[in-house]
Amino acid sequence: MAEEKKLFKVKIDNISVEVEPGTSILNAARKIGGDIVPPAMCYYSKLQGSGGKCRTCLVKVSKGSEADPRPMPKLVASCRTNVMDGMEVANITSPEVQEARKGVVEFLLLNHPLDCPVCDQAGECHLQDLSYEHGADTTRYEFKRRTFDRIDIGDKIQLHMTRCILCYRCVFTADQMTEKREHGVLGRGEAAEIGTYIQQSLDNNFIGNVIDVCPVGALTDKTFRFKNRVWFLKPVDAHRDCHDPKCCGKTVLWMRGDEVFRVTARKDKYGEVEEWICDTCRFDKKEVKDWTIEGPRKIERQSVISQGHYVGVHKPKDTLVEVLDGRQPKLLLDIHTVSEVNRPEIDLSQIDGPAHSDDFNKK
Amino acid sequence: MGRKLLFDKAHIEGIRYYDVYRANGGYGSAEKALKSMKPEEVLEEVKKSGLRGRGGAGFPTGMKWSFIAKPEGVPRYLVCNADESEPGTFKDRYLMEFIPHLLIEGLLISSYTLGCNSCYIYIRGEYAWIPDILEQAIAEAKKNGWLGKNIQGTGFDLEIYVQRGAGAYICGEETALIESLEGKRGNPRIKPPFPAVKGLWDCPTVVNNVETLAAVVPILRIGGDEYAKYGIGKSTGTKLISACGNINKPGVYEIEMNISVEEFIYSDEYCGGIANGKRLKACIPGGSSVPILPANLLLKTAKGEQRMMTYEGLADGGFATGTMLGSGGFIVLDEDQCIVRNTLTFARFYHHESCGQCSPCREGTGWMKRVLQNIENGKGKMSDIDLLWDIQRKIEGNTICPLGDAAAWPVAAAIRHFRDEFEWHVLHPEEATKRNFGLAHYADPLEIAAPAAV
Amino acid sequence: MFSEEKLNKVKEIIARYPAGKQKSALIPLLHLAQEEFGGWLSAETMDYVASLLQIKPIEVYEVATFYSMFNLKPVGKYVFEVCQTGPCMLLGSDNIIDYIKKKLDIGVGETTKDGLFTLKTAECLGACGYAPMMQLGKHFREHLTPEKVDAIIEECRVKAN
Ligand SMILES: Cc1cc2nc3c(=O)[nH]c(=O)nc-3n(C[C@H](O)[C@H](O)[C@H](O)COP(=O)(O)O)c2cc1C
Ligand code: SF4
Ligand code: SF4
Ligand code: FES
Repeated sequence: MAEEKKLFKVKIDNISVEVEPGTSILNAARKIGGDIVPPAMCYYSKLQGSGGKCRTCLVKVSKGSEADPRPMPKLVASCRTNVMDGMEVANITSPEVQEARKGVVEFLLLNHPLDCPVCDQAGECHLQDLSYEHGADTTRYEFKRRTFDRIDIGDKIQLHMTRCILCYRCVFTADQMTEKREHGVLGRGEAAEIGTYIQQSLDNNFIGNVIDVCPVGALTDKTFRFKNRVWFLKPVDAHRDCHDPKCCGKTVLWMRGDEVFRVTARKDKYGEVEEWICDTCRFDKKEVKDWTIEGPRKIERQSVISQGHYVGVHKPKDTLVEVLDGRQPKLLLDIHTVSEVNRPEIDLSQIDGPAHSDDFNKK
Repeated sequence: MGRKLLFDKAHIEGIRYYDVYRANGGYGSAEKALKSMKPEEVLEEVKKSGLRGRGGAGFPTGMKWSFIAKPEGVPRYLVCNADESEPGTFKDRYLMEFIPHLLIEGLLISSYTLGCNSCYIYIRGEYAWIPDILEQAIAEAKKNGWLGKNIQGTGFDLEIYVQRGAGAYICGEETALIESLEGKRGNPRIKPPFPAVKGLWDCPTVVNNVETLAAVVPILRIGGDEYAKYGIGKSTGTKLISACGNINKPGVYEIEMNISVEEFIYSDEYCGGIANGKRLKACIPGGSSVPILPANLLLKTAKGEQRMMTYEGLADGGFATGTMLGSGGFIVLDEDQCIVRNTLTFARFYHHESCGQCSPCREGTGWMKRVLQNIENGKGKMSDIDLLWDIQRKIEGNTICPLGDAAAWPVAAAIRHFRDEFEWHVLHPEEATKRNFGLAHYADPLEIAAPAAV
Repeated sequence: MFSEEKLNKVKEIIARYPAGKQKSALIPLLHLAQEEFGGWLSAETMDYVASLLQIKPIEVYEVATFYSMFNLKPVGKYVFEVCQTGPCMLLGSDNIIDYIKKKLDIGVGETTKDGLFTLKTAECLGACGYAPMMQLGKHFREHLTPEKVDAIIEECRVKAN
């Protein structure tokens, strides 16, 4: 018998939990669950070396440990700071943390296009969730946002760099899931971007996983793009006998009627994939007969998908005019008010500029 | 004349070359250490000397060295930080150009103490001619048995390599430097683990500034106790100060840490006063990252005492009324200089140099730069000043590495002490493009706060 | 492709690092390649460096785009990199930049039509006590005045012929 490991006692927002030594504050919080879990935009438990970059998960360590009770002088990234025995952490109970997090969200949104209405990720975007929960009402940024052209990296994946928050998850994924990484972070500082430098298509049987790890709509599935809004699709768990040993073959099919619109890995309540899938399953198996359907999938977390539509969600704030660089925001954030939108034959990507209700009214 | 420990022989013709250096007592400290002392004994001397890191943070060097992990069978590395990119700082350059053997000797003693057999000097890429000087000195040292295998018959081996950077201030941060040395982007690592445990190629590593490592030579020569008698209190020894801006004699000075700021600026031994007969307006005494102080707070502390050129003296009053010794980049502004413009150039600098890894620094530095540009160009609003304050506050302390703080502090200090100059820019946009705010009240004697009742 | 002599230099550089850590040679090799192949790094050059070090091309692109000394586009034969940070600004670097702009009739980041000169601005180069200054190739030109700039331009023109 292995000798019993001593567990560390930790208190997060006054709730106690016992975890193994070497556990991060974030994971200890996840063990408790609920709203004391700090948001994480860059950390990904399945990717080694991830985390520490976005700073949304900052927390206050008000007591270092039983042995050394001094508080830590600065807020720390909970995803990359390990617990100590007797540590006390404040997240939602610390106004300082809330204030700092609001700052981080503002920074993350500074150069973000906020083009949620025309973004594929809408409804399952972590930045969208984050800004609803922690963002300010208006932007104080009066300068031109950084923009990039969209590029296709391969025929299956599209990169919309303007939306990227440089979490590095996709880089870690390519490093750790494939033999040959072909994209990475280019440039420095504010000019840093995800790219391939020379026109290059990502081509590897596991590269499609970058779509699932991307917390925003920067990397999207071209075989799905804009065919439909996710919240009009019904997610079902399914599996198939995949021959690739690294692929678990267990997926979520996003369906409407009998049509499979998109295949993704299964994600847990923190938006992380449970197990990786290969590109064959993701891109090439779009027939119901390819799969054994297990049943409807329950999507956890506050995301709008689980609610079926936007009801109950605060509308994004009145920042759109600035955001769209002067283009009028005639577009509909509350897309659900125009039920015609739920028509797959209209390809939003073909519409010049933001979509407008008129585009859907040509009965 | 102040006492000197590093530059005492700098004026000797040909001191750059081995023969002259050796003839003037060079490699004496190394000889003493390697032949008659155990590594622990050398460490003890360094501890006793009270030497503090000269790269900016001022961390006690002996303590830092004692943290290095010593797992069996794993090599340890010493890395010399010659990245020197902090605006206002050019002291290491001078030391390497003029007395390269002092650095080599320091590296030798330090490597012996730490048990390293390979040592890398990481030098900023723009100092493109200095690697040649260093490599020549290394070759000379090797030829004379001070490097290579079995040094002076002691059985100790050491190789020193020079690695050039390629233009990135952030590579002065020790973990970014290590990344760069590994052939990667200069993204600082998330600590822990600290380099002393997992540094270069995941091996235990010590990173020290050029001046810190050079100072080990005089420490061994005169002994740690004697070294600690130089300077005041915890600011022991001498410090290289690179003075620049509107002064009569810009240059690199070695000061004993027992003189006042006033003496440093006005005495002929050092800066020789403000150039062109102008008056002193403000000063950034420790490189661009440290808070700027107006003349009155610079020369006297808030308590009305002489401000001293020491770690503690410059920091007296905290950020409210003090600043920091930092890296010793001493930037002086005369009455004709514009604080807004100066702050803008620093904001631009940090924006240019942010590695872009973490969001507050990546996004916030550019934002501050743009707001400052607006104020400077007469397009500022009153609310912009508060906005700047808020942005810097949200960067500070929330980033991976201290570059975020370094970007925030200059802006914070400029607003704290020169708010009326910012407001004047906003209120008089026309005039502000034609003339500067001038000295205003920044040199007026301060009211001394009554000592707090006990 | 590097000459035999440069390839020996490459070997010597790689030998500075422990076995298997040849990636550390990347920045020195990029410097070498930039010097050898016309003052800038083309995609082909970077791929070549990747092959020398047996690393993935993207690892080279990532690094080359990070450091400001690597030129990713062709530049003039002589690149004037004028420092514009605080201490240099205090002593008139802006005037020097304006002077060069006028004199060579180019903007910052541009190259003269004859391909001789490129003007760039730089952030602190570590010569604050000798301001204003610029980097020209391997060396610094310090205490700049309009007259000195004239002389430097003349010197380059003579050298180029
Ligand atoms: C953004 C940044 C830049 C730095 N640049 C330098 C530098 O150019 N030279 C230096 O010696 N230290 C620099 N440092 C400090 C180093 O991280 C490190 O503390 C120092 O090399 C330790 O050496 P010391 O203890 O001898 O001072 C920098 C730190 C930061 C955060
Ligand atoms: S593309 Fe997506 S996954 Fe990749 S760094 Fe950007 S936000 Fe992260
Ligand atoms: S603070 Fe700035 S320089 Fe430091 S890691 Fe973050 S982005 Fe990079
Ligand atoms: S999730 Fe911790 S810093 Fe991004």
